[in-house]
Amino acid sequence: MNRLLLNKIILVLSTLSAVIGISFLFWILATLTYKGVSSLHLSTFTQDLVNGGIRNLLVGQFTMALIASAIAVPIGMFAGIWLREYSNQNKLASIIRNLSDVMMSAPSIVIGVFVYALFVAPFGNYNGFAGVIALTIMMIPIIISTTDNMLALVPKELREAGIALGGSKHKIIMQIIIKAAKVGITTGVLLSFARIIGETAPLLFTSANNQFFTMDLTGQFPSLTVSIYNLATYPDEASRELAWAASFVLTAIVLIINLTGRYMTRNKK
Amino acid sequence: MTNLIMETKDFSFTYAGVDAPSLKKINLPIEKNRITAMIGPSGCGKSTLLRAMNRIHDLYPNNKYEGEINLYSNGKKENILDLKKENDLIRLRQDVGMIFQKPTPFPMSIYDNVAYGMRLAGVKNQSELDGRVEKALQDSAIWKETKDRLNTSALGMSGGQQQRLCIARAVALKPDIMLFDEPTSALDPISTGAIEELIAELKKDVSIVIVTHNMQQASRLSDYTAFMYLGDLIEYDKTDTIFMNPNEKLTEDYITGRFG
Ligand SMILES: Nc1ncnc2c1ncn2[C@@H]1O[C@H](COP(=O)(O)OP(=O)(O)O)[C@@H](O)[C@H]1O
Ligand SMILES: [Mg+2]
Repeated sequence: MNRLLLNKIILVLSTLSAVIGISFLFWILATLTYKGVSSLHLSTFTQDLVNGGIRNLLVGQFTMALIASAIAVPIGMFAGIWLREYSNQNKLASIIRNLSDVMMSAPSIVIGVFVYALFVAPFGNYNGFAGVIALTIMMIPIIISTTDNMLALVPKELREAGIALGGSKHKIIMQIIIKAAKVGITTGVLLSFARIIGETAPLLFTSANNQFFTMDLTGQFPSLTVSIYNLATYPDEASRELAWAASFVLTAIVLIINLTGRYMTRNKK
Repeated sequence: MTNLIMETKDFSFTYAGVDAPSLKKINLPIEKNRITAMIGPSGCGKSTLLRAMNRIHDLYPNNKYEGEINLYSNGKKENILDLKKENDLIRLRQDVGMIFQKPTPFPMSIYDNVAYGMRLAGVKNQSELDGRVEKALQDSAIWKETKDRLNTSALGMSGGQQQRLCIARAVALKPDIMLFDEPTSALDPISTGAIEELIAELKKDVSIVIVTHNMQQASRLSDYTAFMYLGDLIEYDKTDTIFMNPNEKLTEDYITGRFG
């Protein structure tokens, strides 16, 4: 009797918390969509920040995130492959794993400050490279751990079967094991990209911001996230509207990348 | 004496980080074009011995081999424990194929699965590849089922088909010996029957060593049987003798189901 009652109470409580949680999420998304869509115009995408648009911000954000991925993905993947396939789980491997886990949970603002001290302060000006470096540092540990974990899911029999057919270790890893882990690794890369594309803190005092369209990474570099941070605090209505529009676009991008990643995992063989 | 394809001489094996050897001074002959079964209770060292015969243990560091394992291939005698270079081990594995308990198809098409080992071995000629893929699939009795879908993923096949594909993949390399580690224990009875038939058929061209849990399978299939217990080879003889009239009390107790 008692247990049944307890069951009911817990069921009601957990349903309630789920409903509350989902309502808040829904509320945020609804407000964002309503305010965002009503502030969106065609010119929002064709004009730069200086003229009340987000074109240069989108291009800037993607430029930094893509360059960061181009550096972080190969480094992270090779490190992950080494950890899982070549280290024989030795001392060095456990040090690197721990370090990478610590880095992954480091607050992103700390990474921002670190990069500021190393790549902004000595040069005396904010620059896009510093932003790229901060994002790269954020991304590498995520890629390492995804690669490491996804390779760990590949049964060791598959490696043995490859070796037993007369393969060398590196050929089997590159041609079979990576392929078997491909979906998981790709998903991890997508999710980590979604993660860094929405980051503000690592960019705030590295790349800072730029009103104008630029591809010059040695100077201040435009980004959506830092712009939202700035615009939201401006007193004028136009700025705040633009902040809503930019937030909506950013959320949509992150959502789409995330959903693509999840969809891929669901359809995994 | 002359009809051996392989023999182990005082062969001992110790896993990395373990004090006691898992195999102790094993002397086991493997006859050419015959099926040799290894039986014995779980943990007695059957897999360990089988996996020494193609040096797959070398995938993991610091295991210790002692004694000799001689391979009589192409009219030469060679102690495979002397092999050091990766290239020599690769050559050994082309001569000594292996089939695992769980089917291990690679995440690629049926055709590419069978061609993979040949491509590793340097076969590039497309018509040679085509011919040998077809021959291997025919020899492994799955040509009919696969010939219309060679380019589809091997992961979509049933377990029994996947296991025969793995056999085809090994057969394609024309090995001298094929090692089977409980190849049917993950399969249903019908697939098991098909694999057994296939193995019996294969012995025309290749010598076979099979580890099995299933005593009926050993007696149905094999010409010679080795009974192992706690890392020792207790008895080796013609399969009929082992099952009808074993020399050792331990063997008799095991095959009559008194333990194990
Ligand atoms: N990788 C390993 N490291 C250490 N000991 C092992 C390893 N694999 C197997 N063993 C031990 O070696 C013995 C023989 O195992 P195995 O050859 O797998 O037995 P079987 O195949 O006859 O069931 C067992 O005692 C087992 O615990
Ligand atoms: Mg075993």
